[in-house]
Amino acid sequence: MPGRVASRAAPLRRDPPVRTGLRSIRWRRHLIGYLFISPWIAGFALFTAFPMIYSLFLSFTKYDLLGPPEFVGFSNFERMVSDHLFLTALGNTAFYTLLAVPIQLLLALFMALLLNQKLRGINVFRTALYLPTVTPTVAFVVLFVYMYNPEFGIFNAILGWFGIPKQGWLTDPNLAKPAFIIMSLWHVGGQMVIFLAGLQAVPETLVEAASIDGAGKLRRFWHVTMPMISPVIFFNLVLGIIGSFQVFATAYIATNGGPKHATLFYVLWMYRHAFENFRMGYAATLGWVLLGVILVFTLIQFAVSRRWVYYEGEGA
Amino acid sequence: MQRIGQISFQAREGTTRRRTLLSYGQTAGGQLVGYATLFLVAVVSLLPLLWMVSTSLKEFGREFLFPPQWIPNPVVFGNYITAFETSNLARYFGNTLMIAVLATLGTVLSSSLVAFGFARLEFFGKRVLFIILLSTLMLPGIVTLVPTFVLFKTLGWIDTPLPLIVPWWFGGGAFGGAFFVFLIRQFMLQLPRELDEAALVDGASYFRIYWRIMLPLSKPALAASAIFSFIHHWNDFLNPLIFLNSEEWRTLALYLRFFLYTEAGGGAGLTRWNLMMAASVVMLIPVLVIFFSAQRYFIRGVALTGIAGR
Repeated sequence: MPGRVASRAAPLRRDPPVRTGLRSIRWRRHLIGYLFISPWIAGFALFTAFPMIYSLFLSFTKYDLLGPPEFVGFSNFERMVSDHLFLTALGNTAFYTLLAVPIQLLLALFMALLLNQKLRGINVFRTALYLPTVTPTVAFVVLFVYMYNPEFGIFNAILGWFGIPKQGWLTDPNLAKPAFIIMSLWHVGGQMVIFLAGLQAVPETLVEAASIDGAGKLRRFWHVTMPMISPVIFFNLVLGIIGSFQVFATAYIATNGGPKHATLFYVLWMYRHAFENFRMGYAATLGWVLLGVILVFTLIQFAVSRRWVYYEGEGA
Repeated sequence: MQRIGQISFQAREGTTRRRTLLSYGQTAGGQLVGYATLFLVAVVSLLPLLWMVSTSLKEFGREFLFPPQWIPNPVVFGNYITAFETSNLARYFGNTLMIAVLATLGTVLSSSLVAFGFARLEFFGKRVLFIILLSTLMLPGIVTLVPTFVLFKTLGWIDTPLPLIVPWWFGGGAFGGAFFVFLIRQFMLQLPRELDEAALVDGASYFRIYWRIMLPLSKPALAASAIFSFIHHWNDFLNPLIFLNSEEWRTLALYLRFFLYTEAGGGAGLTRWNLMMAASVVMLIPVLVIFFSAQRYFIRGVALTGIAGR
């Protein structure tokens, strides 16, 4: 464009210097842009893109870190399908995720609603509810191992108040996963704060209007607040499921997969193959399969979200 | 991906407007119910941490009592000294601190550079690149576990702190790091453009604008990133577990797990829970100090991006 203007102003003169000059200035700007984001480009290539491609390659090999990777075709996948622990690990993880995430979100939303009240000193409560979330995972899990102790743990002491006999929280295969889910409920502060921000973004006028129209508290919540915060619920749901599918540290520390494989979660199983038995190729396969599973879950959620997530300004 | 961004925007706007639902027509009785419920939830929420502190002050043997002793009697502060004397706790503390500080420094510096690029500069493919950046947030990091281990092994970095630090100097290119770029960019986008345009007219270079204008103005976002990053690295377990194996570089997280399984010996029944809890409190203290001194940045930061520090 500037080139055309220049040539109209001076029709007899050719104008390559001006054009290249302008172009080079524009190029410079692009170059500076790339310069600023170059750490990310390099980091993405080195620590994300390359490992993913390399991992895909490894998943078709047998590799124990001693010799070079040996190409074995699809045999890792065949092995996985016939591995009796594959379904156990995947099933445990899916069970944990599909039960833990909804409970976590309900609790987080409930706490956010409590914190959304106009009360004096609400910040103190916000801190109290958020604090457990910043506790280091290991310290937290170790603490819960102690609290779940069948002989002298406080969980059994509390059950005792209600006359319920002592339970082997982490030693009973039927209780181990619920015990993990209960433990995870102390780490929902992040979701809670996101819900809180979502609630505070609900326009007062909407709630007021519904109130004037005679809607009670519950109806206002269900028909005004819920649709308005549905994107936030969706956001927490998607990321919560992605995170839960990768549960590792709790099981590794508290039970190491037991009792009777009840807490053998997928990543723990994969970790054992990779870093205890050094089956790198097989572990890479397992990693890609988990990625696939998570992707399917995420895509399903995006597809279903059209039915229940309301986006403001998207013509509704 | 765009939708995720959109949500975050809504969440951010929310922080400036305080509108409540439950407060509508809330009576004195309603307030009382509100307080009572909050109090109950807060007690349950803090119970584990209080139990941790209480156990750490118990005399040896009294942590096995049933029904449990809720308040330690006698109070034994000496457990903390014993915890330091019977192990290299100070060293593990130093290791963890060094890793967390260096990784955080790299994260804040490099992520802010990249964030500035995405917030203020124009270049080909910016949209696509940003979508790629956002989508890495949703990728399960577990998929790169094996190949990055192989990569660092080839480089000879296993059992050094380098794998835990160096990737974080690459502007969010490492897994989960894009979060910080996103957080800082969101903040920079709402700063008035007139500022850098004026500086540009005055002949300032882009780097100068970044360093002298944008960085000082983005302090809240940088602080939030620094806090998230520090706590993340301080608490991290999986990466140290994989990349470190000698006692020399052991972190607090590794030590606690090690303590649970070996040092106390003889399985869970004989574990010195009072010392274990004392070590846990030691690990918790820096996090609490940071959390309390920078709480407003912290909570705002979560709301700013809509992503919890995992």
